[in-house]
Amino acid sequence: MEVETPSLSQHSVTDVNLSAFKTEFVSPISPDRKSLFLQTSPEYAMKRLLCAGSGCIFQLAKAFRNEEAGRFHNPEFTMLEWYRIGFDHLQLIDEIDELLQSILNCTPLTKNSYQELFIQHCDFDPLVASLEDLQQVASDFGFAQLAENETSRDLLLQLLFSHVIEPKIGLDKPIAVTAFPASQAALARLDPKDKRVSERFEIYYQGIELANGFHELNDIDEQYSRFTRENAERQASAKDPVTLDPYFLSALHHGLPDCAGVALGVDRLVMLAIGADSLSETMAFDVQRA
Amino acid sequence: MANYSTNEFKAGLKVMLDGEPCNILENEYVKPGKGQAFNRVKIRKLISGKVLEKTFRSGESVEGADVMDTELSYLYTDGEFWHFMNNETFEQIAADEKALGDSIKWLVENDTCTITLWNGSPIVVTPPNFVELEITETDPGLKGDTAGTGGKPATLSTGAVVRVPLFVQTGEVIRVDTRSGEYASRAQK
Repeated sequence: MEVETPSLSQHSVTDVNLSAFKTEFVSPISPDRKSLFLQTSPEYAMKRLLCAGSGCIFQLAKAFRNEEAGRFHNPEFTMLEWYRIGFDHLQLIDEIDELLQSILNCTPLTKNSYQELFIQHCDFDPLVASLEDLQQVASDFGFAQLAENETSRDLLLQLLFSHVIEPKIGLDKPIAVTAFPASQAALARLDPKDKRVSERFEIYYQGIELANGFHELNDIDEQYSRFTRENAERQASAKDPVTLDPYFLSALHHGLPDCAGVALGVDRLVMLAIGADSLSETMAFDVQRA
Repeated sequence: MANYSTNEFKAGLKVMLDGEPCNILENEYVKPGKGQAFNRVKIRKLISGKVLEKTFRSGESVEGADVMDTELSYLYTDGEFWHFMNNETFEQIAADEKALGDSIKWLVENDTCTITLWNGSPIVVTPPNFVELEITETDPGLKGDTAGTGGKPATLSTGAVVRVPLFVQTGEVIRVDTRSGEYASRAQK
């Protein structure tokens, strides 16, 4: 079923690396002014519908992310997000595979785990490497000035992934990168067989990150502790903590059905389909001209 | 000097990296959907001339470099320094061999050169795009040749060697593109 959820919300996300646009609602019937946020994705609202028993749903929605602009980023972009009840992340990857083949005329995708890719391209195991190991590897790849004083393992992993691995994967056919480390699980479940990794995946093709998906976390306690941890990280990096979305938490408390979901960047998909070099070529007016 | 954040990086901005003034050539934003944002920056080190890529965390800042370009006329060399003059203020500046680099072979008296100053001292001398120099030595060419073929080497008054068409002779003044080091034409009389 196609759904539509609000672009403006009273609550935003705790993700340390996302910055939401904030605006102020002036009500004609109440003196209280209220902060509203443009959604960075329709995830919470769609999950509330899933909790309310909607069944499988999809949405083509505008998403908004502040502080993001460049060849492959525009602060306002279009997302295709959908959820499949009863699917796990691997079944959802198969469905994405079909969609990509029909739109991009590409061959079926390959699957590799995050761990496999690091071992193959950087010659170390990201699940066991210490911070010192990571600093050393990052220095060896030419990022010494950044790595020297960096104390976040995940930041160094993301640096190596986006600068060393990403340019080398998914060139001939799309690739699904699976089993992201538990520390980068976002809203995915941990793998019950190996708690070091999560049931989160990303799809890459021709150097472009196309989609991010999860076997959705439906454990409210785990979700609550991740939110709290992220808010602590926000404070540590001098960002305002985010008020947790009580509607989302209460829906999760009610119960999210077992499902998998994915968000796919539609502008990037169009870019690949028409062979464009930048996102701006797929938009009537990008942010520079909006 | 002021500090510049990664979102202020743009082509032409001069910043300090590894103790050396650098010119920013390109600034690309790299960010995974879930994860840290980076700025991948292509820079030219102004003293060594090396071009390289550096990655910064988005939001990081870097010290600016006090670098400015100035247009000066070349006067003369005393063997150790090359002297240039500002035609409006008559102020003179001396550049050493390191700042001159390969530009030495394109210096013509009274030509206007671009001198890059770092903290007031010259670090790079860029000659005009075209200079006119006399050929001091080249093999006599074959009559009737117009252009094409491989040409022949010619030594110029500054010691520079360029390939010239066969019909150009010793004693003639030619126009050379200093960016490529290639012959452009005979000089206008």
